[in-house]
Amino acid sequence: MRFGVVRFPGSCDEVDALFACRRFGEAELLWHKDRDLRGVDAVVIPGGFSYGDYLRCGAIARFSPVMEAVTELAGDGGPVLGICNGFQVLCEAGLLPGALLPNVSLRFVCRQVEVVVENPDTPFTRACARGDRLSVPVKHTTGRYHGPGLAAEQVVLRYAPGHNPNGSQDDIAGVRNPAGNVMGLMPHPEHAVDPLTGSVDGGRLFESLAMVPV
Amino acid sequence: MRVRVLVRPKEGILDPVGQAVERALPALGFEGVANVHVGRLIELEVEDASRVPEMCERLLANPLIEDYEVVGA
Amino acid sequence: MSAPAAAAHRELGLTDTEYDGIRERLGREPNALELAVFSLMWSEHCAYKHSKKLLRELPTDGPHLLMGPGENAGVVDVGDGLAVAFKVESHNHPSAVEPFQGAATGVGGILRDVFAVGARPIAVLDSLRFGELESPRSRFLFDWAVKGIGHYGNSIGVPTVGGEVMFEAPYERNCLVNAMCVGIAPRERLIRSAAAGLGNLVVLLGARTGRDGIGGASVLASAELSAGDASKRPSVQIGDPFEESKLVECCLELLERDMLASLQDLGAAGLSSSSSEMASKGDVGIDLDVSRVPLREADMEPFEIMISESQERMLCVVEPERLDPVLDVCERWDVRATPIGAVTDTRRLRVFDGDEPVGDMPVEALVDDCPLYDLQPERPRRPIYPDPPRRLAEGAGAAETLLALLSSPNVASKRFAFEQYDSIVGSRTVRRPQVADAAVLLLEHGGGGAIAVSIDGNGRRVACDPYTGAAEAVLECARNLTCVGAEPLGLTNCLNFGNPEKPHVAWQLTRAVAGLRDACLALGVPVVGGNVSLYNEGVEGAIYPTPIVGMVGRLPDPGAAPSIAFAEEGHAIALVGPFAPSLEGSELEKLRGRLADSLPEVDLAAQAAALARLREAVRSGALATAHDVSEGGMACALAECCVAGGLGARIELGRASAADAERLFGEGPGGVVIAGPPEAVEQVAGARVIGAVGGAALELAGALSVPVAELRDAYEGAIPAAFAAGA
Repeated sequence: MRFGVVRFPGSCDEVDALFACRRFGEAELLWHKDRDLRGVDAVVIPGGFSYGDYLRCGAIARFSPVMEAVTELAGDGGPVLGICNGFQVLCEAGLLPGALLPNVSLRFVCRQVEVVVENPDTPFTRACARGDRLSVPVKHTTGRYHGPGLAAEQVVLRYAPGHNPNGSQDDIAGVRNPAGNVMGLMPHPEHAVDPLTGSVDGGRLFESLAMVPV
Repeated sequence: MRVRVLVRPKEGILDPVGQAVERALPALGFEGVANVHVGRLIELEVEDASRVPEMCERLLANPLIEDYEVVGA
Repeated sequence: MSAPAAAAHRELGLTDTEYDGIRERLGREPNALELAVFSLMWSEHCAYKHSKKLLRELPTDGPHLLMGPGENAGVVDVGDGLAVAFKVESHNHPSAVEPFQGAATGVGGILRDVFAVGARPIAVLDSLRFGELESPRSRFLFDWAVKGIGHYGNSIGVPTVGGEVMFEAPYERNCLVNAMCVGIAPRERLIRSAAAGLGNLVVLLGARTGRDGIGGASVLASAELSAGDASKRPSVQIGDPFEESKLVECCLELLERDMLASLQDLGAAGLSSSSSEMASKGDVGIDLDVSRVPLREADMEPFEIMISESQERMLCVVEPERLDPVLDVCERWDVRATPIGAVTDTRRLRVFDGDEPVGDMPVEALVDDCPLYDLQPERPRRPIYPDPPRRLAEGAGAAETLLALLSSPNVASKRFAFEQYDSIVGSRTVRRPQVADAAVLLLEHGGGGAIAVSIDGNGRRVACDPYTGAAEAVLECARNLTCVGAEPLGLTNCLNFGNPEKPHVAWQLTRAVAGLRDACLALGVPVVGGNVSLYNEGVEGAIYPTPIVGMVGRLPDPGAAPSIAFAEEGHAIALVGPFAPSLEGSELEKLRGRLADSLPEVDLAAQAAALARLREAVRSGALATAHDVSEGGMACALAECCVAGGLGARIELGRASAADAERLFGEGPGGVVIAGPPEAVEQVAGARVIGAVGGAALELAGALSVPVAELRDAYEGAIPAAFAAGA
């Protein structure tokens, strides 16, 4: 599996995502100005403050040249994973339903939380069982998911009871598109792959992606 | 011509920023204030003002969660 | 250009004598631009007029030292071809006026100091001081300073991995915001700031220049804040972390590819200070043309351009044949790059506006030949600070006292603050805030060594006894590093004091520096750089004298680093010394409404030896838990270990009265609580076993038994409650 990790001006966790992907396959950085995805099999849009979060989080990033190619890949059924700011970019781009709003607390929150796997039937969660609890960190100011009319099977991850850090509707932490090949989540699985720096539960998402036939 | 776009959270969407401002005003001695919402102002100089609503739909606002109002200068 | 009106120099903060000194060194009257430049270069903030002589006492040499005081940041060798750069700086006065931007630009500035030497910033820590939390103003400053630090650090993708906050009435009008940055570089990428090479080009990188901070340095940092703060608002600098993230990458690539002759960041006094300091270090001159500086506001005068403190700008020196490749790199990173001058052999800073000369000053006069003042220290005969108000009822029992201490904001969990910081970006953070006594960061991904960092200080104890209090700050910082198994390699410090022209402040400063010096010598740790912030006082009086100490150390095995949490039922708990607790200067003394006027003497050599022994024990990997005893004394340290681990403990304190307040809540250097398998703990030199982990309560036999849940509520709930109450 070859992962492509997109880097925008202002991305923060692209190198972290790169390291995480490399534990499970090959991975390279994709510069926002390039329309060429260089034949990667899956795309990861990482966390950070792309374009300074100007106007709205992800509002400008979604117009970058690389996103044209990502949209095409997604249209062809290729797996695309948006983490935190990446989730925001995918919602702005219309590749995922809904939008992310300011946390109810109005504060940035960096905290380890537990999420429950609601839907193990996705390329991102195939290595998990329904009900599995994953310990992963969140770190964001604008993570409250708002998705009116979202179908139940589109909810991939939910914050465990008491763990919702931002007031997300129905404790939703991660969603997928109707076709099932695009997922966005606010927690950072790339920061949960190394026992030295935290839990390793996040690795299950990359492990799942690595199992996708290429 | 000079155009101003006012963007605000859609009615019904929880607006904690507006609520925080609403709570802070009485503490400063301003009573009788309700229904505070906080949004954004975007100012532009355009040759063709008729295209501004489309700009709002596509970039300046997120129609899923925001309402916008175009005000001619 | 006309000469300014006679009294203008006083408006700019210069004394009559200083003004005469300027005229003497110039050989004529300074024009308005030159006066503005001198007023900033000769301000306390830039020139360290009252502290430079004193700072020469500090030890600045060590076996791992690569760059010492005088460069943009201090640098130590950490082995394997890697170097770690670090420094702490204050941004106190701007933060008192506008806490969000003041704190944010404080972070931005210290980040620039670190990448200016060629190191990639990998961590930020902050040390904050505010008035008591009952004060709406202090809650406001704390709230917004934390937001500002978070805004800048989080946006630029550098984790904020540690810090400390304390709340004391003397900081009510003069808050402290000290920001520390740590960076990492391969040794070959390190660069100094001395300008060199006749004919080399001086290139300005980064943001456009506006009116930020005009008059900031001399107006704010060299004068006591008065009632008219509001008029200083236009001077506040506004930071843009997005701009700085591009600047970091651009500069590091330029250095990686060896394209620069030297690099300097623009901080206080902007172009004036960076160009003159670069020229001074290189023993050269610099010509600048202000008409080439990209501006944010169209009608700026030459002097404004020279002293503007607009953020996110760097100055570099480039050989002429390398200019085009440098501009290419900058364009790729979307970083503005403009040649604005050249290196000369005149040893003068000459400023032009196009072809018109508008300023001409000898570099030496600006930087090295600034008048330095001797302090006139005098030990105060009467207490300077009022006793704090009594907060703990007379006759409160041990349990009630413990809960009162745990919920005292100085002791209580600072989760409210650190959860607003991204502490994990970069994937290096092995120990996050409140997990261990020091932050632990991987040097290289995928294993290998690690560094530990801590920042510490306790102004109230320094107020009791400046010499001992300052020495204790150094020991505490080293002890925090020891608790994760790190050996200190270097120290940075920020001296936050009041008006040094007042004899009692001069006394505090002199004694504190002596304490820092002696502790550094005893530990064998050099001072690699730092900062001084004076005049932190108003009509109500001065702040507590607050030397803040930051240290970086190396540890070979980050996986072996203990945390503060009790880990397993049955683990033995021991106290390592030498530890001679007393109530002078303690948090309990504060709650009882008293402030001592001395502290017990400290045996620095014995403390240093004990730290070295404990470090070895920690490195063996046998200990699960290590937590130093600080504010609130041993009982609070034990409670914190219980809360972190969710486990109780049963402690025996011996035959003497177990409810002895001094034994339970006394403070002082040297005490560390450790825990682990009994066989391992019993073997630690200098450790006295006092109990075992178990149960659901902290039991100090004969004194108290408090359920861990109650300890947690007090410890974690205190600061959120202070905000909820005031909302």
